Amino acid sequence: MSTAREVLLDPILDNNPITLQVLGICSALAVTIKLSTTLVMCISVMAVTIASNVLISLLRNVIPANIRIIVQMTIIASLVIVVDQILQAVAYDLSKSMSVFVGLIITNCIVLGRAEAFAMQNGPWRSALDGLGNALGYGLLLIAVAVIREPLGAGTLLGYTVLPSVSSGGWYYTNGLLLLSPSAFFIIGLIIWALRSWKPEQVEEPEYQITHSAQFMETV
Amino acid sequence: MPNTAGSNSDKKGYNKDSIGNILLVAITVCLLCSIIVAGTAVALKPAQLENRELDIRQNILRAAGLMGAAAQPAEQVNALFEQFSVKLIELETGEYSGAIDPGKFDQLKSTKDPAMSTVLSDDGDPATLRRLEKYALVYLLEGEQGIEKVVLPIRGYGLWGTLYGYVAVANDFDTIDGLTFYSHKETPGLGGEVDNPEWKALWPGVKIYSDGQPAIALVKTRSSTPEQAAFEVDALSGASLTSRGVQNLMRFWLGDRGFGPYLKKLSGESGV
Repeated sequence: MSTAREVLLDPILDNNPITLQVLGICSALAVTIKLSTTLVMCISVMAVTIASNVLISLLRNVIPANIRIIVQMTIIASLVIVVDQILQAVAYDLSKSMSVFVGLIITNCIVLGRAEAFAMQNGPWRSALDGLGNALGYGLLLIAVAVIREPLGAGTLLGYTVLPSVSSGGWYYTNGLLLLSPSAFFIIGLIIWALRSWKPEQVEEPEYQITHSAQFMETV
Repeated sequence: MPNTAGSNSDKKGYNKDSIGNILLVAITVCLLCSIIVAGTAVALKPAQLENRELDIRQNILRAAGLMGAAAQPAEQVNALFEQFSVKLIELETGEYSGAIDPGKFDQLKSTKDPAMSTVLSDDGDPATLRRLEKYALVYLLEGEQGIEKVVLPIRGYGLWGTLYGYVAVANDFDTIDGLTFYSHKETPGLGGEVDNPEWKALWPGVKIYSDGQPAIALVKTRSSTPEQAAFEVDALSGASLTSRGVQNLMRFWLGDRGFGPYLKKLSGESGV
């Protein structure tokens, strides 16, 4: 059994939910245009993952196997609604700019994935650490993407001007591509490439070997 | 290690996969979750309503050009908003009405009340409102020489849903002074650009009436004749349907069935 330290720190680099498990990509594309929305999203996902892991871990010996996914979803959905309501009450502008994506935490595979894979088999304390670790792994990657996208796309970071854009009298021609979702794909892809070059053990084995003749066919 | 899913738990005589337990867990989880969700929603409602009200006030201030795009603290917004006098008018006649206290009047809610609104027939409903309220709120910005600006609530259907916003009219009652939308469901980056400050900056100075009818048009290329171009605004690129929706709602609300009678009355009073 892994130590509590491993449970917490593993998901940050070695078993990152986005770069290794490739979960939660949808929200990573949507909220990384601005660092402010990214931070709010990270905190929300952290709150939901930890709380759902703890609750499901406490109930793990009671939840019937047949309806376990539905029970997990009900708990996660309730937590997400609570988070959404709190955001609307304390950070209205941010919740407006994040629109549906707070609600879509429900469908964030990381939350259900950790509930099903970890919290159903482990105690509340270890589940909480696992939730925190995965949310940190998710959050750090999102912040990395946002820190690339916001300055290059809009010339700002957290609303402060970093690269003065031409439209506001500076010299930097903003790159509109970085404000569109596909750019997050490129950045996440580059990060995965960098991470797997650094830690080659993360590279998956090919599921089958391409034969010599097929390789030739593909080049035609 | 605790048991894996699908087997019985270690307590004696307790079968967590029995029908009874399935029903019990399902009902308990649902009940508890609904209590938590309902509780939070009720407890946070006052703060949320306050935020919504503040957001609407900020949009009225932005339409009138009294506030920039950045959000401001509540006290400042409320202090700026104090400059407005809020009045209730009867849309059909354009007269001020004392029927309801403007502070308590919810214009959008009144469209659902048969006594407070009328059904619009298909041909008289270009902005797809379906029901039109009898009374509307207007926000007057008054200076020493009388009314400086008037801010009017507008709404209408775009591509995916209804756009809600405010339009400010200058004191010749024939020129747009500003426009904002505070809620819409248009495609981000295309129709969603209705809230782009650069596009909104095209609106001040646009003329409204040609021969007594609103002639505002969202066009791909503006006319070469200055008389015609005065009524025209660049349409949003890649968003023909949203642009058409904005054109329809502007024409409807500034026309005879919207605020037309009221604006005509005001321009008659000011003698322009």
